[in-house]
Amino acid sequence: MPPADVAEAAAQEEKAARAARRRRRVREAGLGYLLIAPALVVFGFFAFYPLVRTIQLGFYRTPPFPGLPNKAVGFSQYRSVLTSGDFRHSLWVTVLFGVYTVPTGVILGIALAVLAHQRLKGIGVFRTIFSSTVATSVAVASVIFFTLLNPQVGLFSYWLGKVGGSGILQDPTWALPAVSAVTVWQNLGFSFILFSAALQSIPDELLEAAHVDGASAWRRFRYVTLPLLSPTVLFAAVVGGIAAFQAFGQIDLLTRGGPVNHTRVLVYYLYQEAFQRNNDGVASVIAAALFLISLLLTAAQLRFLERRVFYAR
Amino acid sequence: MRGRVVLDGVVKRFGGAVAVDHVSLTIEDEEFFVLLGPSGCGKSTILRMIAGLEDPSDGTISIGERRIDGIDAKDRDIAMVFQSYALYPHMTVRRNIEFPLRSRSVAREDRDRLLAEATAALRLEGLLDRKPSQLSGGQRQRVALARAIVRRPVVFLMDEPLSNLDAKLRVQTRAELVDMHRRVQTTIVYVTHDQVEAMTMGHRIAVLDRGRLQQVGPPQEVYDRPANLFVAGFLGSPPMNTAPGEVTPEGGVRVAGGELTVQAAHGRTPVVVGVRPEDLSIDPDGPIGATVAVVESLGHERHVACRLADGSLWTALIATRDTVPHTGDTLRLRPHAGRVHLFDASTGERIATG
Repeated sequence: MPPADVAEAAAQEEKAARAARRRRRVREAGLGYLLIAPALVVFGFFAFYPLVRTIQLGFYRTPPFPGLPNKAVGFSQYRSVLTSGDFRHSLWVTVLFGVYTVPTGVILGIALAVLAHQRLKGIGVFRTIFSSTVATSVAVASVIFFTLLNPQVGLFSYWLGKVGGSGILQDPTWALPAVSAVTVWQNLGFSFILFSAALQSIPDELLEAAHVDGASAWRRFRYVTLPLLSPTVLFAAVVGGIAAFQAFGQIDLLTRGGPVNHTRVLVYYLYQEAFQRNNDGVASVIAAALFLISLLLTAAQLRFLERRVFYAR
Repeated sequence: MRGRVVLDGVVKRFGGAVAVDHVSLTIEDEEFFVLLGPSGCGKSTILRMIAGLEDPSDGTISIGERRIDGIDAKDRDIAMVFQSYALYPHMTVRRNIEFPLRSRSVAREDRDRLLAEATAALRLEGLLDRKPSQLSGGQRQRVALARAIVRRPVVFLMDEPLSNLDAKLRVQTRAELVDMHRRVQTTIVYVTHDQVEAMTMGHRIAVLDRGRLQQVGPPQEVYDRPANLFVAGFLGSPPMNTAPGEVTPEGGVRVAGGELTVQAAHGRTPVVVGVRPEDLSIDPDGPIGATVAVVESLGHERHVACRLADGSLWTALIATRDTVPHTGDTLRLRPHAGRVHLFDASTGERIATG
């Protein structure tokens, strides 16, 4: 063949190969979309559509009387709700709630996990007890503590010398810490299991090496165990943070946002607007804000998890 | 004297199982001492008891003049190298090596000097700011060694430190360890299941089986005069050939396929006869008749596996230039004079070599 023909043949071959590759890519992409289609449908109906509708609803002001048409107000409702004292108060309560519950839960979870990590006789019993709160629901936990904190008959009220007085849950100073304590208690089982698993993944040899290297028990914990737990700490903190922004059950059952809105977290505020005042517009704005906060927390979580403090090997 | 390790009647039980059974040993100061045995023989448990990671159920352990059982591991003046190296994965090489110094609150100037010395000794200068995950297996191993020598302990404990290295690196590191020991002049207690490591590195070796001490001595002596059938079979590759035998009234020993003349064969019978493969040659006038089963060539030598009349498999080593027998050939084997071992058939203890 003359050189020109050779070049042309090669070019054609190249073209055919490229076309084949493209066809294969299209086929593979088609199969891929087919496989994720069921999940996409479910997500579409139950997550994406409601999400879009919620954001959209935030642009309409709910009429003062039922039956009147919603009025499109653009961003003005977003602006007014997000800058209102009510919203900012609830955001502050939610942040406080997170500050009270997340570090406490992490620290107690680590403490219990370390305690239960010993090789002792009957340690299984303690492990079971420590993890038992995962088997209780928010409702059960709330009812138990509602009774214990009852100003007339509650055991805690008795111990605190407050029987007959104003209840702890009715005290503006102590209501939020009390609700936080119940939340910590209820999440402790999960936190304990999480940190127990993380502890078990730390090779014994590392701690033994530190022991032989002359490190005291505290140094071994501080410089070997704790750094190796750090990815789990971050995970627990972010999951706990998101949970704090979604807390509702214990608030509803223990305080109903009271006293005087001192425990009215964002979700409870949303609930009041949506289902007590039937104000879809305001509720939708709060929901959109909550979505944004959760999104940011989740993004932070993914970032942290991606560059975990270190990878073991 | 400060690095002398003495174990006296040491017992370790785990639940009902006895892992270490009345082991008494004296490891001399500055000695390279190897604990050798198959997995589960209790060698690592002995090491861990010296380290303080396990407490003996019975017996005493001392280092120098000081009794150490009951003393916390962190207060014994020892360092340990683990099989997995146990490097702290979140710390840089520098922090890893400094860890024992920081744990003991060594002053900063001393710390820097000791770090520099250990780093130089193990050629880690360029790696100080890396994490263990960024190192090769051999480099990790050197970091583990540096972390052990940095503090100048009186005793080093090493738990199979070479078993995670590839074969070539292992040979090289073996020589480096011997060299390091010569320089630091510290007692080393070295645990391994690898007889080559034991033979090449140990001043003395202790062979263990099922928690019991089988034999202690310089490697060549243990190899040449194994105290019992276990030691005879464990040391040497291929292992010592053995076959049941009977002492004859004339002072010889009868085995399947022939009769051997052995010095000092007393009237004890039955016995087990043992001959190392390298002490066996193919000789048309040899006393033992056998049939060739397999011939393996290793390049520098050949292993000729032969069946005796009773079915025992005996291996002879021959040079590659010798005539190669074929599978199915019948031939005669001759043990070298003075290299036949006799063991008591019931207890397995050695009777004589002749």
